Amino acid sequence: MPEFPQDLWRIVALSLEVSLAATLIACALGLPLGALVAVGRFPGRRGVIIVLNALLGLPSVVVGLAVYLLLSRAGPLGELGILFTPAAIVIAQTLLVLPIVAALARQIVEDAWTDYREQLTSLGVSRARAVPTLLRDTRYSLLTVVLAGFGRAASEVGAVMIVGGNIDGVTRVMTTAIALETSKGDLPLALWLGAVLIGTVLAVNTAAYAIREWSLKRHG
Amino acid sequence: MAEAEMFPLRARGVSVSLGGHRALDDVSLEIGARARTAVLGANGAGKSVLLRVLHGLIAPDAGSVAWGESGRRPAQAMVFQRPVLLRRPALANIEYALAVNGVRGDERRDRALEAIGRVGLSHLAGRQARVLSGGEQQRLALARAWALRPQILFLDEPTASLDPNAAAEIERLIGGIHAAGTAIVFATHHLGLARRLADEVVFLEQGRVAERTETDRFFSSPASAEAQRYLQGELP
Repeated sequence: MPEFPQDLWRIVALSLEVSLAATLIACALGLPLGALVAVGRFPGRRGVIIVLNALLGLPSVVVGLAVYLLLSRAGPLGELGILFTPAAIVIAQTLLVLPIVAALARQIVEDAWTDYREQLTSLGVSRARAVPTLLRDTRYSLLTVVLAGFGRAASEVGAVMIVGGNIDGVTRVMTTAIALETSKGDLPLALWLGAVLIGTVLAVNTAAYAIREWSLKRHG
Repeated sequence: MAEAEMFPLRARGVSVSLGGHRALDDVSLEIGARARTAVLGANGAGKSVLLRVLHGLIAPDAGSVAWGESGRRPAQAMVFQRPVLLRRPALANIEYALAVNGVRGDERRDRALEAIGRVGLSHLAGRQARVLSGGEQQRLALARAWALRPQILFLDEPTASLDPNAAAEIERLIGGIHAAGTAIVFATHHLGLARRLADEVVFLEQGRVAERTETDRFFSSPASAEAQRYLQGELP
């Protein structure tokens, strides 16, 4: 077994911390956004859906570059001084996860709206009021969306490398650590770190799946 | 507002096309306060569409639906063949409908409890709605509609896919809702239900009103050839 970095658990913790924060922010914004697009009727709605779906394939290095330019000293948000900090990583990851959450939530909520529309309209529920209702009722399906978002955040390397800088003890996360060890030629360590990353993501998914199954049995 | 000002419900020359198919064609009828109207007809005759148009869920392509002299819609509700129940406890489903309609605080709770009690589901108030049986779910849907205190209640195939006992219970509850002063308009294939519950029958044939008459007369001597064939079981 290779010699793990002494601060491995710090790297793992930081990976989880930034990925969960980005997923949380992206969900807070993306779930209502997706639901509003699903239920709403407004000019350009089809265009919005096409853009959301297209952003699913957003290249991470492009996002990393954009965030870098925003946060660099000469950039419009340079005064914040958060480039090469975990906060910058969270911003980049959020931008990558947001389209995933919004696009998938839009599809799930729109399907539910097809089933619920007549009943809710009959009860006097407005489209705006239907949004939280539909989000609540599709929460188990949306959990999969959250996990997809978390997976995207946790596996991200390009943008994280650009805006985080892979600074040891500051912004080094699992993916950038793997990239570093690979470039150094320490493939066994890179592989082991990869296994730890996969194991971490698997554990989160297993816990979420167990909660989903338990809740579905209980709530129908 | 007094019932007299909001009734009768008048549909005039209503036509609706759905997916290129003429679902309703020049339908005219009146529904009075406290009416008991059964909408009958073969599959695809337009029964469900008519209920949705009267309830306001579908806007007619031509014609109009108007309420009484005031033009103001009375409190109304609809129970669907497969009611959508929210993923929350039974009582919370009723409370949700009341909250949407502006009923607050203790009154909301009291009305929800009263409604769920009326359909005999008090013991299941805390049970998740989606795990109830089909009959219980339909009773809960009735309770939810009832809690809104509608002046007119639309029911689309309220006893379809229920076993005889559950169907009989639903029939009893609908009768109770009408006895409390609510007009009921229901679409059904269940001729016994129509015979027992309705004062008048609207018979649809390919989107048109082929016959509208008193229930007894409809079943004893239907005037239209289509209704005769329907009662003889020659129409699906």
